[in-house]
Amino acid sequence: MTTGRVLAALVLAALGVAPFVPMGGMGEYVIFVMVQVFIWSFIGNAWSLMGRFGLVSLGHGAFLGVGAYTTTLLWNFYGLTPWVGVIVAMAAAVVLALVVAYPCSRFGIVGHYFGLVTLAVGEVIRLLLIAERDWTGGSLGLTLKTAGDASFYAVQYADKRVFYYGAFVVWLLGLWVWHRLDRSMARAAMEAIGEDETAAASVGIHVSRFKLAITSLSAALTAFGGVVYAQYIAYVNPETLAGVGVSLRIVFAVVLGGMYSLLGPTVGTALTISLSEYLRVKFGVHFIGMAETIYGLILVVFIIFLPSGIYGSLRGLLVRRTPARA
Amino acid sequence: MLTVSGLTKRFGGFIALNKVSFEVIEGEILGLIGPNGSGKTTAFNCISGALATSEGSIRFQGEEIVGMTPDAICHRGLARTFQIPRPFRKLSILENVAVAAHFGATVRTSEAEARHRAVEVLGLVGLPADPEADPTLLGAGGLKKLELARALATRPKLLLADESLGGLDPTEMASAADMLRRVRGELGVTIVWVEHIMATLMRVVDRVVVLDHGEKIAEGPPAAIAEDPRVIEAYLGEKVVLA
Ligand SMILES: Nc1ncnc2c1ncn2[C@@H]1O[C@H](COP(=O)(O)OP(=O)(O)O)[C@@H](O)[C@H]1O
Ligand SMILES: [Mg+2]
Repeated sequence: MTTGRVLAALVLAALGVAPFVPMGGMGEYVIFVMVQVFIWSFIGNAWSLMGRFGLVSLGHGAFLGVGAYTTTLLWNFYGLTPWVGVIVAMAAAVVLALVVAYPCSRFGIVGHYFGLVTLAVGEVIRLLLIAERDWTGGSLGLTLKTAGDASFYAVQYADKRVFYYGAFVVWLLGLWVWHRLDRSMARAAMEAIGEDETAAASVGIHVSRFKLAITSLSAALTAFGGVVYAQYIAYVNPETLAGVGVSLRIVFAVVLGGMYSLLGPTVGTALTISLSEYLRVKFGVHFIGMAETIYGLILVVFIIFLPSGIYGSLRGLLVRRTPARA
Repeated sequence: MLTVSGLTKRFGGFIALNKVSFEVIEGEILGLIGPNGSGKTTAFNCISGALATSEGSIRFQGEEIVGMTPDAICHRGLARTFQIPRPFRKLSILENVAVAAHFGATVRTSEAEARHRAVEVLGLVGLPADPEADPTLLGAGGLKKLELARALATRPKLLLADESLGGLDPTEMASAADMLRRVRGELGVTIVWVEHIMATLMRVVDRVVVLDHGEKIAEGPPAAIAEDPRVIEAYLGEKVVLA
């Protein structure tokens, strides 16, 4: 384990100094890609909090959109600082999560059906954002009102290194939440529920309360990620922050990396972002749809052959459970 | 301690339990017997809240529990095992029991206490408390023990044990029967024991309730039940299990 710790410390140190490493003209671009990786890994991580227990949401774009648009609208129309806006955003995402999850839990909508319901919710939020164009700018999106070169109050900084460190900390925070949950009895309870709700309830686990709690947590963190992304890009758009497209991209990345391990979502996100950047640079924007097709194919291959993902499978080879003697 | 009155359970038009009434007295081991399909497991499912009761009343320590969720019933001190073991396969044996001790306990139990409790209970039933031990590698006997350990970890006052001995060989069966006696003696747990194999059961239980086709056909001390012509008739063709 100590070699693991040393390695982790080295990686963290490298990430910590990266913005100050001279990279010729590439520096800004590298920082841009890495901020994306941090933010989307955090979001993938938030998704996997549910996904790993069989609560596969295909509509997390809904929470992203609710989060990003809440702070943006509150800022643009009321001048409310995103520091307060983010709390409203997360609360709004939790309310939406409960509105969706409560009936699902109550009426036993699980598995594929749960996936379809969430898929629809993601789409509904996208369509709502487009329909309310007086407020949201419709499909053209909305630019954050600028507050100068560097504003703590508005969380706007021209120097993208600020966002680099912000996103870095957010990413670490996501890993910490994942780890804490993984170590707790709540994880065991969720595994139990995911496997056999009747047996779980019979040993005193409050099935619906747990499902609602984990869904709320996942939604709140996803909304938080949406807010960070909106502040960073300073622009929100229904296509990038709600609907089927972004919802599935989150799922692709996590399934690719592995949803049962701490770093799986990060590895998957880094790979998918690298792939789409590569395709964009190589073939230009016209070809961007290609990335989606490739994700789709990879996803199918992974679900069949590597259900615990690239990172999860590698790790699985190293750590094996010892058999029981009884 | 438990009063079941007029318990009826219908599956569509099929009546699995028809106005069944019986009482469980604190401190006893009550045997609930009957041929296959007579409604024993269904009765447990209704009492533990796993299935919705169609009609009737079930009072546990003076409180009506019909309509309560299974977790609420468990918290009141009524635990059950499943006839067909339902381990949580993704959890280790220790976690299976610890999760029950933490969430199902009648008194608040911290995570650390729950793990401690799990080790204790696993010791009692004779399973390894190795934190990595995987339940998917257990045989039929081991899985039955895990069912029992998980139920006991919640510190129940009343245990509903469903065919705890099925799939065991005679020595395992004898020691398992011994274990239920110890559970009652050392932990002070009242037990309702459903068992298809009557011979072993008869040596351990204080009283017997007999079901047949969803109806109660007899009730009394084991010796009288073994002689009861209605019971013998219900078990006709299954004489072997009486031996
Ligand atoms: N969930 C169910 N749906 C429909 N019928 C059921 C269900 N559970 C049990 N039954 C029926 O109820 C009867 C009693 O079953 P059960 O309680 O399992 O019997 P026992 O445990 O005494 O062997 C059987 O005829 C069985 O087929
Ligand atoms: Mg049965």
